[in-house]
This record gives sequence, structure tokens and C-alpha cells, in this order.
Amino acid sequence: MKRPTIEQLLGVDKFVVDDEQAHIKVNKEICSTCQPKPCTFACPASLFTIKNEELSFDYAGCLECGTCRVVCPNAGVAIEWKYPRGGFGVHYRYG
Amino acid sequence: MAEEKLTAIIVGAGPAGSTAAYILAKEGHDVVLVERGTTPGSKNMYGGRMYSHALNRIMPGFWEEAPVERPIAQETVTFLNGAQSVSIGCGNMDWTTGPYHSFTLLRAEFDAWLAGKAEEAGALLACGIRVDELLMDGAKVIGIRAGEDEMLADVVIAADGVNSIMAQKAGWAKVFSPRQVATGVKQIIELPAETISQRFQVSGNNGAARLFVGDCSNGMMGGGFLYTNKNSISLGLVINVGELQRSQVKLCDMVEDFKSNPHIAPLIEGGEVAEYSAHLVPEAGLAMMPRLYGDGMIVVGDAAGFVLNLGYTVRGMDFAIASGEAAARTVMEAKGRNDFSEQGLGRYVDFLKQSFVLRDLEAYRKMPDFLENERMYKAYPELVTGLASKLLTVDGTPHVHLLKMVIDQMKESGISLIQLARDGWKGAKSL
Repeated sequence: MKRPTIEQLLGVDKFVVDDEQAHIKVNKEICSTCQPKPCTFACPASLFTIKNEELSFDYAGCLECGTCRVVCPNAGVAIEWKYPRGGFGVHYRYG
Repeated sequence: MAEEKLTAIIVGAGPAGSTAAYILAKEGHDVVLVERGTTPGSKNMYGGRMYSHALNRIMPGFWEEAPVERPIAQETVTFLNGAQSVSIGCGNMDWTTGPYHSFTLLRAEFDAWLAGKAEEAGALLACGIRVDELLMDGAKVIGIRAGEDEMLADVVIAADGVNSIMAQKAGWAKVFSPRQVATGVKQIIELPAETISQRFQVSGNNGAARLFVGDCSNGMMGGGFLYTNKNSISLGLVINVGELQRSQVKLCDMVEDFKSNPHIAPLIEGGEVAEYSAHLVPEAGLAMMPRLYGDGMIVVGDAAGFVLNLGYTVRGMDFAIASGEAAARTVMEAKGRNDFSEQGLGRYVDFLKQSFVLRDLEAYRKMPDFLENERMYKAYPELVTGLASKLLTVDGTPHVHLLKMVIDQMKESGISLIQLARDGWKGAKSL
């Protein structure tokens, strides 16, 4: 079985992306002081990445598990976490 | 939205919420079941198997009409250690005749069916709505707000899953610590039905359930799972979030490593990934339980932390369904007395104790602590697989007495006799 990239895996999922509102917001100033950045390993969709030595986050592709909110060492301040608005976000066809 | 007051607003059309809505609606109560997905189940995922007993009590013979995949005939726990593996299996054909012991099923389909049953019974199902706030009168919950819309009810049933926004808004749930939850990730891998039956050596439409411990979690607290559906395999990992905090491997890569493990790869060979999903699992049992009821609200299912992982059985849906039932019975009694105060809803805990929900969580309350032992995930799988491999290897080298073999292997795996005795005793007590 060929090893798919995370982009390919997310590509098989169905999403209705909310272009107007991001349901998760990241405070990059606080994140710049965080050394371990566990979100970059723990997010199952690998949506937290390091670009130009700065934390980069893309809410499209979110599987809505809530791991980032719990794994964050600055929980409660660095990540503003909500579910997407009704009707938006991931739409599991199997689950 | 409706001006008149409802008996109950149920937030979340998963198994807990839909069961509560079904029972209440069947008894003629006005209930609204609010779901944030565009269809019930579209936000839900789990490992892959439901134990039947809880739903069978409420809807006898539900499998005749419910979209279930395969009844489980084979249970296997496998220790993984590099080239070596040891499996302990149990087959029971009695599990595959009525009342079926457990079924694999897919949540998008199944949860939609169960919510449909609630609708048929008279519940109003409102999908695509995210509930934003609880409406309060002092400390009493009196309804919900979703966007601009407000809805009032005698009672709100919070069935909104592990990240329960309702329980948090009420101030009933603490923010959980990373060690109290695990992240579950899963891939649905499609394969022809006959291929699955052949590979897992099950006849007809019977299925297999497998749990894995060892290499798959990279030594972290967690494990792997595999369940056979009709035309697909549910394969994934569950890893403690506290452990993920110090992981240097991406979780999505760990899943791919698991898939290419030499003991797993042949099982999924030729399959196509049809979905990738993730979900948090409440794992700390009683230690993370929120307040379960209070003025005007009851918390059920994952929102209440009702999950029980013993390492060889993992249960969530049966707890969700039974807690939904307990909540419905509580509301019906409260309606009879027209008392939805904290005291009026206090019967919820009695019903949970009468059913298996709180009884089992209390009986196994030491289990989450026992499973925190790091030796379970590296040293013991090494010990078991190493020992079995030595016993079964014939290569002309001189005989080693079994006891010496055991002691040598324990040394190799870094386990002392005292640790083994202590862990064995602790494990025996936890069960």
C-alpha cells in the first residue's frame, strides 16, 4: 500500500469550509514563545506547521477532534477554539 | 423558533442524545434534538464496534433494521515488537447469533438511523445548528441560544460529546488535563467483503476485532485497533494526549507506520483509504466526570466522560445509550412532579447506578491509573514476544531452562521481579 501524504488523506475527506469565519484562532505572539510546539506533532491533520520559523495554522482540513486545545502548553490563551458554525466543517461519510 | 416551552432540548444527535429523544418522544413529550452536523453522525467517529446489550434493551432486535456491518466472532489482542508478535485470540460463535454480542458499524449511517427513530417517535430533529450558549435564570439552565435563535425547555440534555460546550458553559466541567484524554485517529480502508472474510478467517458476514499494544504507540500510552466492516476495515490508533505532548513523531505519520508494520500490512494489502478521521476519547473515567446534573440540565454520553477502556475491551456507545435512557427516565419522573430542580433531577444518578453505567465505572475505577504504567506499552510487549519467540525457535543452540529463559528475557526487557509482581497484583486488583 502506497504511503499517502496527509494532504492526500485529507483529500479523501469531505469538508464544507467556512470561508468567512475561522473556528480556531491561534495567537502567534504567544506561540512564538513556545519551544516544544506539541500541536505540530499531535494534530492528526497536521494543520500546525512551522513556516519561516513561525507557527502557521490552517483551519480548513480540521477534523474537529479538539486535541490542539488540550495538548497546548498555553491552553486557554494561545488557542481560541470553537466548533465550526452549523453546517460547516468536516462531514464524515463513514465515521 | 417555537414560543411554547418544550419538555427537553437535547444537544447532540449521537447515540446518547438520540436514545434520550427517542424514549421521551415515544412517551409523548415535546422534545427537540439539535445537531450541529448537516446530518446526524456526520461529525461522529469512534473505533468501530458497539456492544449490543444497551440498545437491545430499548429496541429489542434492533439489528433487523439498523445499519450494522458485521457481528464480531473473533477477538484478538496482539503484542507487537519489531519482527515479533504474540496474539491471544478468542472466538465464540454464540456471539454471532441473536442476541448478537457486538457489531461493527459506521457512525454516519448508524447515528442517522438512530436519530431517525427518534424523529419517527415524534422528536423534532434540527440539523446544521451549533448551540452557542445556555440560557440561564440565575443558576438554573432554562434553554439554549443558537445564533439569533433562543429556545426554552424544562430541561436541557447535554449530549454534545467529549468537548462538551454545554457542560463547560454551565461551569460543570473542568478543562481536562492532557493525561485524561486520548486522541483516536482512524482510516477506513476499503476491501472486497470476501477478501476481508478470508483474511480474518471468519465465515459469512461475521467479523473480527483486534487490539494492538507495543510498537504501534511508539512506547507511548495507547494502542492500535482494527475492526472489520462489510466492505472496509477500520484501522487506527488511540494515543494519550499527555504522551503526545512529548512525542517527536507526527500522529498522522504514526498511523502510516502502523499500516506498514509487517504484522498489519498483509491485512490491509490492496485496500484503498476512503476516509481519515479523528476524535478525542475521555479516558480518565470517574476522575474527569463533570457534574452530571443540576438545575435544568443533565449530562450524558461522552460529555459525561462515560467511556471504559480495560485494554481488551473498549466501550463507549453502550454507555452513551444507557445514559441517554437514564436521562429520559429522569426527565419523565421530573415531569410528573413538575420539578426540574437539581433535587428533581437527582434520580439520574440512581438510574445510572441501577444500570451498568456508574456500576462498571466504579468497579473498574482503578483501571485508568493501572493503564498509566509505561511498562505496559514497551517492556511487557517486549517480554511476551521475546519469550514466545525464544520458546518457539529451534536452531540447534543448547537447551536453556525455561525459568532461566524467563529471567534472561526480563533482564533484556528491563523488568525486575518486584515490578512484575507489583504490576501483576495491581492489574489483578483493577479488574
